[in-house]
Amino acid sequence: MAFWRTAGWQTRAAVLVLLALALGAILVPALASTSPTGIGDALALRLLPPFSVDVSRHFHLLGTDAFGRDLFVRAMLAGRLSLTVGIAGSVLAGAAGIAIGAIGGWKGGVLDRIAMGTGDVLLAIPRLVILLVCAALWPPGATMVITILVLTGWMGVARLVRGEVRGLRARPFIESAQAMGASPARVLWKHVLPNALAPAIVAIALGVGSAVLLESGLSFLGLGIQPPAPSWGNMIADGRELIVLAPWIALAPGLALILTVLSCTLLGDALRDRLAGDELETMRARS
Amino acid sequence: MRSILRQLAVALALFWVVLTLTFVLIRAAPGDPASFLAPPTATAAELARLRASLNLDAPLLVQYGRWARDIFAGDLGTSFVARRPVTSVLGDAMPISLALGGISLLLTFVLGVAIGGVQGARRGTHLDSALTLVTTTVYAAPSFWLALLLIALFTYGAARLGLPLWLRLPAFGVRDPAGSRGFGELVRHAVLPVLTLTLIGAAGIARYARTSAVELLQLQWVRTAVAKGVPVRAVHAKHVLANALPTLLILFALALPGVLAGSVFVETVFGWPGLGRLMVSSIFARDYPVVVGATVVYAAIVILANLAADLALPLVDPRRRQ
Repeated sequence: MAFWRTAGWQTRAAVLVLLALALGAILVPALASTSPTGIGDALALRLLPPFSVDVSRHFHLLGTDAFGRDLFVRAMLAGRLSLTVGIAGSVLAGAAGIAIGAIGGWKGGVLDRIAMGTGDVLLAIPRLVILLVCAALWPPGATMVITILVLTGWMGVARLVRGEVRGLRARPFIESAQAMGASPARVLWKHVLPNALAPAIVAIALGVGSAVLLESGLSFLGLGIQPPAPSWGNMIADGRELIVLAPWIALAPGLALILTVLSCTLLGDALRDRLAGDELETMRARS
Repeated sequence: MRSILRQLAVALALFWVVLTLTFVLIRAAPGDPASFLAPPTATAAELARLRASLNLDAPLLVQYGRWARDIFAGDLGTSFVARRPVTSVLGDAMPISLALGGISLLLTFVLGVAIGGVQGARRGTHLDSALTLVTTTVYAAPSFWLALLLIALFTYGAARLGLPLWLRLPAFGVRDPAGSRGFGELVRHAVLPVLTLTLIGAAGIARYARTSAVELLQLQWVRTAVAKGVPVRAVHAKHVLANALPTLLILFALALPGVLAGSVFVETVFGWPGLGRLMVSSIFARDYPVVVGATVVYAAIVILANLAADLALPLVDPRRRQ
């Protein structure tokens, strides 16, 4: 709440946009009078421009696609998948990164070296390239996309948390907790982690945006979410072939994507200003 | 000298691990490439012969040994689809990607640093917040969507919008099959792909550049220089820029993976026969040797760029010399 009261208008707008998109993604497909995946009277309904009313008096806010499916309802249904994949991909990767970074930074030794070495290897290949290779090798779908997002996304957060933990290790309050007989696990969980999480939280918030973008990219290429299930990426791919006849097909999912990623970035920036991490360091960890 | 050798060794080791990783990934994947290549009427014996000729029937360790030996000989295998050495398939695609990526990277960097620098110098003004909004929005746009938007505007929408002839730009390929084969034609075809990559990349770099410009301008000696009467322009051009060089180098290395990833989509949308499009089409064709080859090239480019940045840092930053 304190966050909201002191937030600027851009941050508030970002939070409201994300909430509206999430609500729309949950409610709109459930309440809609037309099915976003079923194909009805395609000949009468196809390629209606935005703000048009069809023969059976249904209103189409964003128009319809080549099969006569309502684009607004479809974009919202796609939001379910795209947002779930983006949030799950970033949060799970962040959780893995926190665990690896905290344990590695606290214990040091061989495990730490292996983890950091693996991170260096994964950072040497552009993330999209690893995603492409994996997407090519295993059957596509939401679970697969989330899995690879996690496998290729933990390194940045792990580095940040590891750095924080190593810095905290020698601080007096940690020493005193140990002197009072707290177990290593308790010290790590109660005293070290809460002080080491700030940059990780920022990186996770910013990471949702890039995860959503990566998922849409894979789906655009046909390697992510498979039709008829809509995702913003494969909706844009649908619109690509009809860019001359019906440019609005690609417009709607594209705007939804930009709004989502933009809001995540603004929210991440606001969190960073609040939690006062090193700006350049967090940005580097994210890329 | 010793640290340079050490960095070289680390880079080489990293590259070898990446190579091994691609080998393991491809072998761990389900599906038998031989069954994709053989005609549906092929008998089991024919399939076995094909597998043997593709070196897919040996134990994994033997395969790894042969593969490592071939890599040292500069042989990345034979493309299943093109039936040519992977190196020659990659060689055909590389110049196109290098030209597209190189020009875009350069423009990305110049434009991004200029925007970020102006924002840093005019911090807190309306110009600064307007530019922040623009860069954050463009940064949020997927490259393939931006590419489609530009195509809709400059290719199909150009006539309807009444744009002059020179602004009606082609959306596909490297040159017109029926048109002239001159350099001008190539440039016309390159405008939209380069513009897409540059806009997205520059938006990202501007965000970094603004941050470091703000950090630099707050330092004590900047205030001292201004206070003792050095013209502000001279302070920015000489002192601040010299101190920004290390950061700029890091930014350059950071911009590279973004441009590489963007080129996969841009080449696919604009139909440029470069490395990115080759990678995507090879994935769909299950042409594993080419997929591995392209991955290796991408990794090599990133590792080389990081190595170059590491080696160049002491040159521009005396504090890093030991």
